[in-house]
Amino acid sequence: MSGGIEIPVRVVEIEQATATVKRFRFAPVSGEPLPPFSSGAHVVVLMPAADRTIRNAYSLIDRAEDGSSYRIGVLRTPQSRGGSAFMHEQVTVGTELKITMPVNLFPLVHAGRKHLLIAGGIGITPIFAMAEELRRTDASYEIHYAMRNTSSGAFVDELRARHGDKLKLYRDDFQETLAVDAILPNQPLGAHLYVCGPAGMIEAILEGGREAGWPEENLHSERFQAPPTGEPFSVRLAKAGIACEVRGDQSLLEALEQAGVDAPFLCRGGACGQCEAAVIEADGELVHNDHYLTEADRASGAKIMLCVSRLKGRELVLDL
Amino acid sequence: MLAATIKSRPIYEGLRLDGRAKRHLVAAEGEGALAVLDMLAGEDAALARATLLYAPGGSAGQEHGAKLAALRPDGFHPLPTQPTLLNRLEVILQTATMGTRIYVAGTEGFIGKVVALAQAHGVDPQSVRTEHRGSLARRVQCVHCKGMTENVTASPFVCSHCGLNLFVRDHYSRRLGAFQGVCVDAEVPGEIPPAEELFR
Ligand code: FES
Repeated sequence: MSGGIEIPVRVVEIEQATATVKRFRFAPVSGEPLPPFSSGAHVVVLMPAADRTIRNAYSLIDRAEDGSSYRIGVLRTPQSRGGSAFMHEQVTVGTELKITMPVNLFPLVHAGRKHLLIAGGIGITPIFAMAEELRRTDASYEIHYAMRNTSSGAFVDELRARHGDKLKLYRDDFQETLAVDAILPNQPLGAHLYVCGPAGMIEAILEGGREAGWPEENLHSERFQAPPTGEPFSVRLAKAGIACEVRGDQSLLEALEQAGVDAPFLCRGGACGQCEAAVIEADGELVHNDHYLTEADRASGAKIMLCVSRLKGRELVLDL
Repeated sequence: MLAATIKSRPIYEGLRLDGRAKRHLVAAEGEGALAVLDMLAGEDAALARATLLYAPGGSAGQEHGAKLAALRPDGFHPLPTQPTLLNRLEVILQTATMGTRIYVAGTEGFIGKVVALAQAHGVDPQSVRTEHRGSLARRVQCVHCKGMTENVTASPFVCSHCGLNLFVRDHYSRRLGAFQGVCVDAEVPGEIPPAEELFR
């Protein structure tokens, strides 16, 4: 259950890709080839911190052709809740970790006649894999990549070598802005747009797409949102008969896992719907931070996504 | 004896103008013209960006085409038959750009063909706005001989190609724009339930 099958891996290479991003290469401990995945997929990495297991989702950059390794990229975030700090500070070559099976919530639409890939900062990781798949299948595509400056070097060099002038760069330090209204006009019918990056950028790009008359079916995004922090509260599982406290810096899902509950998840970012739970009683106000529930779901007060949403109040009783 | 509603049965939500579309590409057949009139009458801004294709089909003689022309859309293409309409649409789709919203109104068979054509040009069927008007007649493919029979209004019916007695299922193929017809008396040949008019 929970995230499904876990695969033990060993870190075999660490590379400082940019000033703030490290790339990690994982090899299977068993020696068995790692499963193939479609581009846009992510895995959840389980990190054994001193007091708890930290679980963070990271997009897969690529897989060695023989299945001997996967690569992920991890941004060092200043407001890290532990995951990125753990990867940057505690993990060395030889460290053993566990990862979940790859899951793809951001797949390419192969029926599309053209693909616009748009990345901001660390959002390049799934886009990198998608661009590679499009290149291999000889599809029509463009890559638009916004970054602070070219100290984002490693990704740029590899992308340039593989994709030539299909890659367009936008550098903050040159006051170059990625303007969606410059990209969208005159794209052929059947084009699809994919965006991954900071939340504000995703919103702006998607809104630009709608403004240009693109149907929702052609607009795709992936956000890896860290669970928002808040005030502590109590949670009780009616069926399991378990009660525990959710700390302010902890998500509901994390608190349940710490209490030994094997709760289901896939994305841990409020996007996939896997962690949905039924609310029996809420002594306080539900704070929904997901991108999954509909307005009607929210208004009903009967559902909550464990990975990112919380209670502002005293106690939450779930039908689990 | 209509099979219980199956998920593949398409849902037609009705024509609704997409205010953000840069271009409106509208295909209508027969009574579908009335749905187009409902959507576009008085919408001058949208009409200035609209291309209409119309085949009168079974509604010839009712002057629907003249009413559509009177809307004075940016482009109006009256066409004699469904196949000629589909050919013209194909040419337009080849050079269409994103920001074009596709609408289709008419019989189920016509809607299915337009949606399938749009899909072949990379358009997600969900993003095509559809309205069913006119006869409920179905286009049915015989699963045995693969022959298509148009305008099926009753089930079971006799396949126009191989002559088997076919029961019309609710199973719908988007690619073919057709429902499935399955032999109704395969086990006991000749044991055929009475035909019911279902799709007038
Ligand atoms: S795990 Fe995906 S929405 Fe919570």
